[in-house]
Amino acid sequence: MSTLAIGDFVASGVDLLSAATTEVENNPVLNITIFAAFVAVTMFIVLRASRNNKSASDYYAGGRSFTGPQNGFAISGDYLSAASFLGICGAIAVNGYDGFLYSIGFLVAWLVALLIVAELMRNTGKFTMADVLSFRLKQRPVRMAAALSTLAVCFFYLLAQMAGAGGLVSLLMGIDGKVGQSLVIAVVGALMIIYVLVGGMKGTTWVQIVKAILLIAGAFAMTIWVLALNGFNLSTLLASAVDNAAEGVGEGVLNPGLQYGENPLDFISLALALVLGTAGLPHVLMRFYTVPTAKEARRSVVWAIWLIGAFYLFTLVLGYGAAALVGADAIKNAPGGVNSAAPLLALHLGGPILMGFISAVAFATILAVVAGLAITAAASFAHDIYANVIKKGKVEDSEAEVKIARRTVIVIGAVAIVGGIGVQGQNIAFLVALAFAVAASANLPTILYSLFWKRFTTRGAVWSIYGGLISAMVLIAFSPVVSGSETAMIPGADFAIFPLSNPGIISIPLGFILGWIASITDRTVESPELAAEMDVRAHTGFGAEEAVEH
Amino acid sequence: MTDPVNTGVDFLAEEEKPEFKALKRKRFSVVIPLSIAFLVWYFLYVILSTYAHDFMSTKVVGEINVGLVFGLLQFVTTFAITMFYVSFANKKLDPPAEAIRERLQAESEGHRS
Repeated sequence: MSTLAIGDFVASGVDLLSAATTEVENNPVLNITIFAAFVAVTMFIVLRASRNNKSASDYYAGGRSFTGPQNGFAISGDYLSAASFLGICGAIAVNGYDGFLYSIGFLVAWLVALLIVAELMRNTGKFTMADVLSFRLKQRPVRMAAALSTLAVCFFYLLAQMAGAGGLVSLLMGIDGKVGQSLVIAVVGALMIIYVLVGGMKGTTWVQIVKAILLIAGAFAMTIWVLALNGFNLSTLLASAVDNAAEGVGEGVLNPGLQYGENPLDFISLALALVLGTAGLPHVLMRFYTVPTAKEARRSVVWAIWLIGAFYLFTLVLGYGAAALVGADAIKNAPGGVNSAAPLLALHLGGPILMGFISAVAFATILAVVAGLAITAAASFAHDIYANVIKKGKVEDSEAEVKIARRTVIVIGAVAIVGGIGVQGQNIAFLVALAFAVAASANLPTILYSLFWKRFTTRGAVWSIYGGLISAMVLIAFSPVVSGSETAMIPGADFAIFPLSNPGIISIPLGFILGWIASITDRTVESPELAAEMDVRAHTGFGAEEAVEH
Repeated sequence: MTDPVNTGVDFLAEEEKPEFKALKRKRFSVVIPLSIAFLVWYFLYVILSTYAHDFMSTKVVGEINVGLVFGLLQFVTTFAITMFYVSFANKKLDPPAEAIRERLQAESEGHRS
């Protein structure tokens, strides 16, 4: 989830594996066994969960039969990607305090979801984000725009995860070379297709729940271990991190500015995208439809906030713990660079078995996130583009729509495999930053306007979504992420005329302004009846989609 | 996503009813100030971390500095706002929303039969 860290992580994944198998006592057989056990257990769960997958409601929304706590775990599973675990631990271990800022942005963002979006979206929607956005506007243009931005966010997120999986699994399994890594990416893609095809939303949700429990429990155990070694005194741990800090840093690990000292505006831009991006992430929004009522949606966000918050507190201890016990220099010089902090800490604490377990959990995390993204993208294509735009809402039965969704999953899997192989070793920060920026710039303004602003029109929605989407993508294309810096995707070229690596500070306000201007200058009046209906439904839950009884 | 079934509910009239207006007002009277508060506090924290390095680096206890305390306070305020909002929504928003919803459901069933 950490936009910068995942890029570093994947870029260094290739070197990581060669030295990890030599310097670190890594045990590929052990790692493969732990990983295979995870796949076997989750596959069993998916098969059991899938027995009742018949209607569209079953397939996209798990029959809306999950409880708040269950969905809270699944949301945490979707949200805490491997990059969030490996990336933030590494960022804190090496950049100290500045790494901690990521955790805070990712957590506070949930208040936007809890206070403003979750319940009202649950009351007015059915399967996808576009259901809510097109409720009272013209169906086809708004659905098309919302579905395209959903697909864009999912696609870039998916590519980053796939390439991350390639790097990580190759490291764990000791598979070297481009062909081996490509093979691993293909296996990850194939596993994801099977999970989603067989299990639908119900199976995917159970995979998320299992994975979230493993990840949080693993991080908790390591946190207690690190604290125990430091007499349960945070100050002792920090002092020991300062002692082991890199040359010339020392106290700097505890103070802000180590990483973003030179380009403060870039950090503010990232902070804006983080806090506003979460409530616009389509795979997170879609989770609100897996529970029976708005009250359960609220409960699930509350559970997610507690779990995610606790997890980020663990990463603070783990990051400084890695700095203190492994040492920032040792981490930086390790083949995986900053992102090897958590596995190296596990190795230091519990030897190869703990490292194997933690790494397998990190991999399971990627697999689960990928499955969640795939089902979101498939639902958006089948439900929004196929059923409502192409067939104009005249699909005979929902089974036909589900059939399209299943085929879409195969296409998405294939695209992700090819794309994941294509971006191997490239700067993945580009892709994840794009996903977050698009979510905040294209989705959030339209969500807020359609829920709260009567005067909002179809033209406003279309301008805001396409404007946010295109401006975010163009700004990133001309940013230092793509060219003109040492870590750029195209190292030789320099067309970076936009100085910030995150476009949020420009593209998010632009999305809001375009939606507003296009609406107030629009003379068409949207149906007041539908606006009133949406208002009443959103606030009371009247007519909301109900749980499926089996 | 308009409902194909005619519910027989006059949403325009429903929206103007005092109990619905009161429900909305109650929600906004809490959600708007809370949202402003947590966003201001978050960006204050981001801006202090970005531009007030010396202040944030001031030691409070042992190795723990102002920046870390403020950072942990962000967690505390997030948890506190979450708990406050949930108890508010359960007690003050759910009962009136449920009352309106049940009345509308009864009316629309009467309309269909």
